[in-house]
Amino acid sequence: MIALLQRDLLLAVRAGGGFGLGVAFFLIVVVLVPLGIGPDMVILSKVSVGVLWVGALLACVLSLDRIFSLDYDDGTLELLLTSPIPLEAVVTIKAFSHWITTGLPLVVVSPILGLLLGLQVSDLKWVVISLLIGTPALSAIGAFGASLTVGIRRGGLLLSLLVLPLYVPTLIFGANVANKGLEDVSNNGPLLILTAVTLAAFSILPFASAFVLRINLR
Amino acid sequence: MLLSVDNLSVSRGGVSLFEGLNLTLSSGQFISLTGGNGTGKTTLLRSIAGLQPIDEGEILIETDNFIFAGDSNGIKTSLTVSENLRFWSAIFGGKEFEEALEVFHLTKFENRFAGKLSAGQKRRLSLARLMLADKAIWLLDEPTVSLDKKSMEEFSKILKNHLEAGGAAVVATHIDLGLKTHSSNINIEDYRTKSGNLNASAGAFL
Repeated sequence: MIALLQRDLLLAVRAGGGFGLGVAFFLIVVVLVPLGIGPDMVILSKVSVGVLWVGALLACVLSLDRIFSLDYDDGTLELLLTSPIPLEAVVTIKAFSHWITTGLPLVVVSPILGLLLGLQVSDLKWVVISLLIGTPALSAIGAFGASLTVGIRRGGLLLSLLVLPLYVPTLIFGANVANKGLEDVSNNGPLLILTAVTLAAFSILPFASAFVLRINLR
Repeated sequence: MLLSVDNLSVSRGGVSLFEGLNLTLSSGQFISLTGGNGTGKTTLLRSIAGLQPIDEGEILIETDNFIFAGDSNGIKTSLTVSENLRFWSAIFGGKEFEEALEVFHLTKFENRFAGKLSAGQKRRLSLARLMLADKAIWLLDEPTVSLDKKSMEEFSKILKNHLEAGGAAVVATHIDLGLKTHSSNINIEDYRTKSGNLNASAGAFL
């Protein structure tokens, strides 16, 4: 299973692997927002958490169809299904490697973008924490969506339509954790729910994804 | 006995392909599947591998004792030859892949990106995977596609060695692999569903 993770990470950084595209997209979206809203730092800092979270969501969706479609196209997925590794584990590993190559870089660059949007250095902590806990859920939910649309030509748009509504709870509680943190109000409640969303996504959805993949590979 | 298929019926896309198919496979035995295009050779192999649901009948196989090789190579073009093999070796239990490289004459391409290989070389790389997994039953779908005459003969030899070592194989192929002993042939067309059942459902046209 570690071999699968290593291979996926290697594929991501090799030519055409798409590593960095999500971060680049995230950067551009967040940089465009002040151009649209104007340079008023008070307004920008108020919308910053929402912009960062929605930007992260969209950047994540961008690379979702790669989770399974490449392996589906070249026959690897079929071979993995007949290999000794359970398909549920394959799905979990692939969701995790998607998070490492997409979600984690977003978390890393988010403080810089937060500063750009007028957040105080002391406030950045909560943006990073909320994204760090929330983005893994985006990958696990996304992997489920990707397994539904695997094999459909140009299924990318359909995938976004399926997945974005499923991202709503993560977005609500993720942004809530950061906003309450910024206001110095206790954010224990949303923080626990956000953690629960991520844990539930990683413990339940791989089974659903594997089930759907088996049907799609018939 | 490694594999037994009893009274198997399978349909694909709503069309029944074959019915009442029986076969048994023991250690050292080789079965070639023949039949025209679309008669169900691949479907039978996929059913045995558990990728295709069956309509009727029974398939008995040790699920951790076979390896399936379909018509796609399952090769990552942006990885090198040895990286591709190292991955499959880890998935199938960590056997060394140097021997497989040598047997399939891929050693000198070891550090070349798989995307730069020719179709025949890619096929050889894909077949090298069989040697990494220590599995008794090989389920192969047209393994000799794109192979030149020499590679084909060498593959026959590898298959023969596998059978002599107690393995077994079911291979969909149109080519005589020259395995005279312990080999038998199943022509799927003999089990073809009678034409009356062919128009199974409207789903067949979707």
